[in-house]
Amino acid sequence: MKKLSGICFFVFFLTLGQNAFSQDLFDLLEEEEPVVEYSFATFKTTRVVNGQSIENPAVGELKFIVSHHFGRLNEGAYQLWGLDQSTIRLGLEYGLTERLALSVGRSSFEKTFDGFAKYKILRQSKGAKVMPVSVSVFSGIYLNSLEWRYPDRTNYFTSRLSFAHQLLIARKFSNTFSFQLVPTMVHKNLVEEISDPNDIFALGYGGRVRLTNRITFNAEYYQLLTQKTASEFKNMLSLGFDLETGGHVFQLHFTNAQPMFERAFITETRGDWLKGDIYFGFNIVRVFTIKKPEL
Amino acid sequence: MKSLFSTFSLILLMSISLTAQNYITRTGYIRFYSEAPLENIEAVNRQVNSALNIETGEFVFRVLMRSFNFEKALMQEHFNENYVESHKYPNASFQGKITNLDEIDFSAPGTYNAVVEGELTIKDATNSIKETGTLEVKADEITGKTVFTILLEDYNIEIPSAVSRNISEEIEITVDVELKKM
Repeated sequence: MKKLSGICFFVFFLTLGQNAFSQDLFDLLEEEEPVVEYSFATFKTTRVVNGQSIENPAVGELKFIVSHHFGRLNEGAYQLWGLDQSTIRLGLEYGLTERLALSVGRSSFEKTFDGFAKYKILRQSKGAKVMPVSVSVFSGIYLNSLEWRYPDRTNYFTSRLSFAHQLLIARKFSNTFSFQLVPTMVHKNLVEEISDPNDIFALGYGGRVRLTNRITFNAEYYQLLTQKTASEFKNMLSLGFDLETGGHVFQLHFTNAQPMFERAFITETRGDWLKGDIYFGFNIVRVFTIKKPEL
Repeated sequence: MKSLFSTFSLILLMSISLTAQNYITRTGYIRFYSEAPLENIEAVNRQVNSALNIETGEFVFRVLMRSFNFEKALMQEHFNENYVESHKYPNASFQGKITNLDEIDFSAPGTYNAVVEGELTIKDATNSIKETGTLEVKADEITGKTVFTILLEDYNIEIPSAVSRNISEEIEITVDVELKKM
């Protein structure tokens, strides 16, 4: 009896052993430690339309961005629906580290020079480390270089300066849908009227829907939260498409903002979509790899 | 009781022999290279998973597509987003067998030619391939090396005409895995 049960055990374990024997080699490979998977390409490039997206240029990568807005569509046939006019910004953005990007630019709007730094605080990830959102901080400085309107009075250099600070909170919900919230503070050293606030608060919303592998639809809205400014100006609404080819991204859009730097399009947008104050525009983003990573 | 003991020792022995014939790595190297009129594209993955059973000749690979590094970040993004769609198909895999097992003596150090035949899966497409390479046998280590080419159309990877001069239809794959005894 004892012997029989012994044999039974033996057969049982033998079959068990055989199962293990023919065990798929693949299972060995499955026993892997989970890695941190950072999400990437939340947006196609560093702009949603006019405003910043959560993206930075990759480390060692230089982006040359030509932003161009034509005139307003409602200017009629004489101005070829705005195509005769243009506002332009030329910008360079460089990825200094994995997290930090620096940029300089020049806009024709108020002959403004600008510079900004954008730093990734958090990166959305899954796997070994779960982080639901990406968070970046953005800080820009703007120098209005127009000739003084009243050259006779004492003018201070600091009066030319204004600033914008943003927190970008973004999530890539799926491969097709990304969304970001952008609390913003703008500071102007000099304002038009004594009753105008120097500090202006706004909240931005930006999103994109991927239509095909190479085309996305983007929308962006900046809501003014500071009362005085909100009654004077319009909230910016922009709709556009990103078209991607090999080394370029083309962004084509309609927006009610003439300028394309943060201080101006967030707090000084005058266009009214319902009246047809719509600017057709595009950004062309060309990417250069300055520093190649080690493979 | 005695038979139970002998059973256990037998199982123990079996499991030892079971693990002893497997060689494995998680840091294998795969490089792919595309040579086209306008540019050459190279990507390297140093986190390739591979295992070899020297008893049966079974040879498997699992490659996380996201772990391919390119010299241009934009290429890497396009590779993942547009070409291999790594969010849908995170892994490429190979499951095959060494078919000339009788010509390889795993107990004697040396370099042997190996013929490997099996199924290569990239994206949603699986193809049978048969390639030759070398196996360098050392004490507790086997290094497998091969170079072969695949056609993108075999794996449902479409190259838009706009970049047809940037990306080759034929991709050269270099494999170099140092498998350690388990």
